[in-house]
Amino acid sequence: MNSALSTSNWLLWLRNAVILGVLAAAAFWGVAELLAPPVPEVGSSLGVSKAQLNDIQKAAQVVNADFDKAWAQQQLQPAGKADDLTLVRRLSLALTGSIPSLQELRMLESLKGTDIPQWWLSHLLSDRRTSDYLAERLARVYVGIENGPFLMYRRRRLVAWLSDAFQQNRPYDQIARALIDSNGVWTTNPEVNFVTVTKEDKKGPDAVKLAAKVSRAFLGVRIDCVQCHDGKLGSTWKQTDFHQLAAFFGQADFALNGLRDDPKRNYKVRYLGRPDEQKVSPLVPWKPELLPAKGTPRAKLAAWVTAKENKAFARAIVNRMWALLFNRPLVSPVDEIPLEGPFPAGMELLADDFLAHGYDLQRLIRVIVSTQPFQMASQSGDPAHPVTTAAENAWAAFPVTRLRPEQMAGSVIQAASLRTIDAETHVLLRIKRDIDVGNFVKRYGDSGEDNFEDAGGTIPQRLLLMNGNMITNNTSNNAPLANASSRISMLAPDNATAVEAAYLSIFTRRPTSAEQTYFTGQLAMSKSANSRSSAMSDLYWTLMNATEFSWNH
Amino acid sequence: MNTIHACNSSEHLTRRTLLRGAGVAGISWLTPLADLLAVEAAKAPSGKPARSVILLWLGGAASQLDTFDPHPETKIGGGVKAIPTAIKGVNFAAGLEQTASVMQDVSLIRSMVSKEGDHERAFYNIKTGYRPDPTLIHPSIGAIVCHELPQAKIEIPTHVSILPNQWPARGGFFGAKYDAFQMNDPKSPVPDVKARVDDKRLDRRMEGLALVEQAFARGREPDMDQNKTLHQISMQRARNMMSSEQLKAFNVSDAPAKELNAYGDTPFGRGCFAAVRLIQAGVRCVEVTLNGWDTHANNFDGQATQVKILDAAYASLIRDLKKLGLLESTIVVCGGEFGRTPKINNVGGRDHWPQGFSMLVAGGGFAGGRVIGSTDPQGEKKEPEKPVRVEDLHATIQNLLGIDYSREVMTPVGRPMALSKGEPVKELQAHA
Repeated sequence: MNSALSTSNWLLWLRNAVILGVLAAAAFWGVAELLAPPVPEVGSSLGVSKAQLNDIQKAAQVVNADFDKAWAQQQLQPAGKADDLTLVRRLSLALTGSIPSLQELRMLESLKGTDIPQWWLSHLLSDRRTSDYLAERLARVYVGIENGPFLMYRRRRLVAWLSDAFQQNRPYDQIARALIDSNGVWTTNPEVNFVTVTKEDKKGPDAVKLAAKVSRAFLGVRIDCVQCHDGKLGSTWKQTDFHQLAAFFGQADFALNGLRDDPKRNYKVRYLGRPDEQKVSPLVPWKPELLPAKGTPRAKLAAWVTAKENKAFARAIVNRMWALLFNRPLVSPVDEIPLEGPFPAGMELLADDFLAHGYDLQRLIRVIVSTQPFQMASQSGDPAHPVTTAAENAWAAFPVTRLRPEQMAGSVIQAASLRTIDAETHVLLRIKRDIDVGNFVKRYGDSGEDNFEDAGGTIPQRLLLMNGNMITNNTSNNAPLANASSRISMLAPDNATAVEAAYLSIFTRRPTSAEQTYFTGQLAMSKSANSRSSAMSDLYWTLMNATEFSWNH
Repeated sequence: MNTIHACNSSEHLTRRTLLRGAGVAGISWLTPLADLLAVEAAKAPSGKPARSVILLWLGGAASQLDTFDPHPETKIGGGVKAIPTAIKGVNFAAGLEQTASVMQDVSLIRSMVSKEGDHERAFYNIKTGYRPDPTLIHPSIGAIVCHELPQAKIEIPTHVSILPNQWPARGGFFGAKYDAFQMNDPKSPVPDVKARVDDKRLDRRMEGLALVEQAFARGREPDMDQNKTLHQISMQRARNMMSSEQLKAFNVSDAPAKELNAYGDTPFGRGCFAAVRLIQAGVRCVEVTLNGWDTHANNFDGQATQVKILDAAYASLIRDLKKLGLLESTIVVCGGEFGRTPKINNVGGRDHWPQGFSMLVAGGGFAGGRVIGSTDPQGEKKEPEKPVRVEDLHATIQNLLGIDYSREVMTPVGRPMALSKGEPVKELQAHA
């Protein structure tokens, strides 16, 4: 035990030494130009044709009209439009799980004559960070965060498969069908992991868990609540509804060549109040006419779930994508959408648009981003009439929501780096980033599967941000390697530029004049390079400990 | 307490409570005023109310048959050996000798029943007294205690979870500020409580922060921090904690080895030791979790391993609380989220069993040396004798703390909700 421990310590030390070396070499390379624009220009194409863009705008306007009606009914005054940088920050957080880098902001500000948030959205939709992040978020919905039965399950493969699918913008019905109905081995056919993750000791896939997953993840229905008894509290589901759905997975089994359906198997259950188990035939809980006549039970189920006329499927993904972009779903909880309504403003129109455009996820994201609720400010321009909770709840202002732990960690690391950490970043730095994020999330509190609860900050979180290693290493002027705060303090031509660079790196905005005056004054009081560097580190710490940094706005 | 204008004033009492209180006392013919007075007398136990709670969770679900409710020499007994306890005629499974010796101060419920057989749902149920509800999250016992009793005047968190599993105690609809403060093995100091810069610099950082917060607050509701983000409030509390002498209560490293070792050299043992210190420092509620009881296979070895860890820690905790004069004011509850099946499965395991499991209750007005309920020695009858529902245990705990358990509070979804919908188990209270 002891020798194993010392070996791993030694390896850890070696890893750190190598990373330090790489970082030290990179530290002074090409940072100075970021502190003052301009940065080399990039092409200003939007990634979609003008006609497509117009069509997306038109779709968004239809949705806006729906919201307008709702606001008028509730006598709510919608907030004004958010500025470009705020929108850029929201998009980066929602799609990559991190705030934009100073390098990216300088590049964006050098773009001439283009709609910056739209351009940034196009850029992010083609960026590998986006597909990786969306894949991880949706994998949480499909298979949770646990590692599952290793012999039969590879979570990483599934995430990579999803990421490829998003990168290629594969239609969402195809993705869902592949997850529900696929055969083969979990390593070479990553999509089967959706089924194999439920395997229990010495048994095949767990039909009960799969029925619950399919109904929650793909249909936004919590039919698993009637697993043990008929519905209560106004629910009309019957226990049979659930088990007939589970029966579609009754033939799934493992053989030497991986997952497959065995027609000899069937699904049995003992219903409440009955003495014995009975065989259950597969049947869907609504619209049975959409079920195809032929195929294996799983193939039939997959076709039914994704059928155009089965609108629950479209609503479920609209609600998910809305939640990813706003950190709050349109209908809460995210996996419980009433089948027959009533639906909130936006829901039906977005679902119709999604169905009419071939289950196109990127278009769905573009339409939601173009709607007024996403484009709005989160604060009121008139301090006498602040944004109210009622306005937030009706999407008459962009809701202020707590960032997820991995968004916090990603943002701390990005803010400390000035340069973008993406697929181009050196692999060792990316590995270090992943380890750091993992450690931070563990301490900050993982929110587990994709929850969107509005919880306030806690004392341990504040302690972690005030005194934790990650913040200290990324803000301190005594850090073993130069972080953003040290570099800015060494390289910025004057105090005002230094303060502005810190604000852009951390808050994605420029300081107000009161803030500029105050912090420039703090830096000016420094008598030596060392004390200036301390003052800069204090500024970094202060901004990272502000509500504005921990909350999406 | 003997006038109706005391804290349980008439407007707090709903009609339902009145009827029930009257029913309990058998005085429904009395006039309303006398009725009220009688309710007061019937409700509050006459001893001094408890002021804090320790919850020891046997996560994964301990087997009642291999701990507090053995049925030796039966087909469901699994070869268990019984040992006598300090309560005459009541036996435990071998391995619980130390616990058996403190039972004069502890009562045993052998007939806990619930309707939840899934770990997550059952933990929710046992910690909150309610079954999971998709529309809202109920507060855990600790959160209710902190919310209902006067605020403890201490600088460290008043609700602490040591060695939490995936489901630590939560504030639920009382808000995240009532969530338990989570910590691991008290062997190592509480992380991140040491400031990385001197006080002067920390003050400078906070001064800058005040300015930055002003910019964010503009155009938003003035009480957003208090009602929603809890950012600055938590930060202030974190800072108070960083400079507090009371932090020492979290740390067991300076404890005399002999005292500490009595609890067993295990994280759970140290957790229980720290729990006593925290209660001594004024903390309202501490939960300590010992996982590893979910023995679907090889039940007997698995239970025996955990029993050994539990026995030393539990008995030492009761002894020390008593020695320090804290047992009278501190409720100690110990048990799992449910029990395990009488039937032994084909891999020598026991599965989930919410119909008749055991729970130890002590201190804070609980009587010692009593036993409630019993289970069928043949394991055939599903219902135990004198079943105690999870919500009844909750009502008893709240009653002993002087909390009006039937008081309805308004939840964020606009539905009034009683603190507990159970009924106190009078037989468990030292002063009925």
